[in-house]
Amino acid sequence: MLTLLIGIPLLVDLAFIWFPALASVLLSFTQWTGVGSVHMKSCDAFPTAPGIPKPGCLFGVQNYNQALHIYPAFWPAVRHNGIWLGVFLLIATPLGMLFAVLIDRGLRGSRIYQSVLFLPVMLSLALIGIIWELIYAPDKGLINTVIGRNHNNNLIDWLGDPHLNLWAILVEATWRQAGYVMVLYLAGLKSVDPSLREAATVDGANAWQAFWRVVFPTMRPINIVILVVTVIESLRAFDLVYITSKGNPLRGLELLSVSVTQNIVGETQRIGFGSALGVVLLVLSLVPISIFLWQAFRKEVQR
Amino acid sequence: MSRRRMTAGSMAAQVFLVLATLLWLVPIVFGLYVALRPKAETDRLGYVSVAHSLTFDNFTNAWKSSDMWRFFLNSLIITVPAVLVTLLLASGAAFAVSRLGIKFNVTLLIVFTAGNLLPQQVIITPLYRMYLLIHLPHFVSDSGLLYNSYAGLILINVAFQLGFCVFVLSNYMKTIPRDMDEAAIVDGASLWTRYWRLTMPLCRPALAALATLLTTWIYNDFFWAITLISTGNKRPITSALQNLQGQFVTNQNMISAAALMAAIPTLIVFVLLQKQFVAGLSLGSSKG
Repeated sequence: MLTLLIGIPLLVDLAFIWFPALASVLLSFTQWTGVGSVHMKSCDAFPTAPGIPKPGCLFGVQNYNQALHIYPAFWPAVRHNGIWLGVFLLIATPLGMLFAVLIDRGLRGSRIYQSVLFLPVMLSLALIGIIWELIYAPDKGLINTVIGRNHNNNLIDWLGDPHLNLWAILVEATWRQAGYVMVLYLAGLKSVDPSLREAATVDGANAWQAFWRVVFPTMRPINIVILVVTVIESLRAFDLVYITSKGNPLRGLELLSVSVTQNIVGETQRIGFGSALGVVLLVLSLVPISIFLWQAFRKEVQR
Repeated sequence: MSRRRMTAGSMAAQVFLVLATLLWLVPIVFGLYVALRPKAETDRLGYVSVAHSLTFDNFTNAWKSSDMWRFFLNSLIITVPAVLVTLLLASGAAFAVSRLGIKFNVTLLIVFTAGNLLPQQVIITPLYRMYLLIHLPHFVSDSGLLYNSYAGLILINVAFQLGFCVFVLSNYMKTIPRDMDEAAIVDGASLWTRYWRLTMPLCRPALAALATLLTTWIYNDFFWAITLISTGNKRPITSALQNLQGQFVTNQNMISAAALMAAIPTLIVFVLLQKQFVAGLSLGSSKG
């Protein structure tokens, strides 16, 4: 009975999450196109014939080498994931926290503000990408019409221009992320003992000081959760870009997640290379994951 | 002095929130406005113009000229079993690690929790190949494989959401007093009774909150369906929006109408179950 209770979920988790994660690491050292099986021989042992793909063979760190030095989308992708994280850390997350702090003051209409600001969190990113295309549309869209750049000679192509499109998409992503952070933070604020804040106010602190000196430090656990969520969401960023670019690679919108996907849904499958990109993402995500686990389980491990 | 400053602060906060709320509504209202107008009219006047006519034609045309009913049905076929199985498996695992004092309980919990935090793209490449290798009987999957089957999509959603639910439920179960179990053991209750008849009913609030979250998340899933379902007519509605975008490519009004229709189930959750949804998120983060 006990075996079933814990065994089945554990088996599912190990077989479909952890096994692929591990396999990703192993496959990243092979040159496998998905055709035939993987041989435990070095790729040098197989003759090169033009037009015929080599069978799966051991490729050493060549996939990583190619990613870093040859694959043109790699460094742009890393930079864009970094920018994504930067915008989330500096704008989306603080904005969400500000919403939470202001709503927590219980002003009139707070319920409505909270609901509206939260609405994008309920919507799928696919839908968000689609309705924002109307706002960014070059000739008929909201922004260009309002700023008068909707004529044939002065159009701004917000989602096509490689210098602008990432920022345009980040506005969409912020629109959603701020509401997400707001809700998480509100839950944290509700659990702060109100007498703490009162005591600070009696001591002459204004609302701003009371928040930074008293409330914020007591919310350390939730602050860490929000930091972790922010980092992970930036690494997971995918749907908005994929729906906006209609599934094709689009200059200016390279992301690690999109590159990984391109290697399996594209016409040529490069399983080994795609796995190597996946491993890069894995290594990066281990940082926030470790922070979260440390925060969540450190007490239990000590016990 | 202090009171006047408070009032000024409140005023500023009020103004800021009103502006933010209005701004936040713009994309949705604008999307709806475009979806309600004929393409011929917006082609002539642009989206930012006074409407001469508002109709539901884009909605009915989008519905009629594509297999939208099919996509909605696919979403139902995938979401309902996925949510139920996730909660069943997660509650079992949570019960085992939080109430039974088994060995390695923290390790197990870490395995589940960390699994849920990985970006999906870390595992997709090998997972995709696995799905092409695992054969299923034809009455389960008409593709004969885990790939391109409802079963496969349900399975990955379950596996991926399991970690979060185990984490939340085990935290929740830890708050139930130990005495309950001890009394039940004295009365000779079986393990199953303690799990299913005693612990589960007490977890109803957490289960309801998680069910709301999972329904929304799995319904909104885009990535798994895009990568693991190849045939358009097997995709659930959220990922089928990608296909519809290709099909209606010149008609943004209709694409917007289709996307808004796809959002109806989540909007129902938003109106009726927002509290549950928020409660679920809070459960995941508060103990964290």
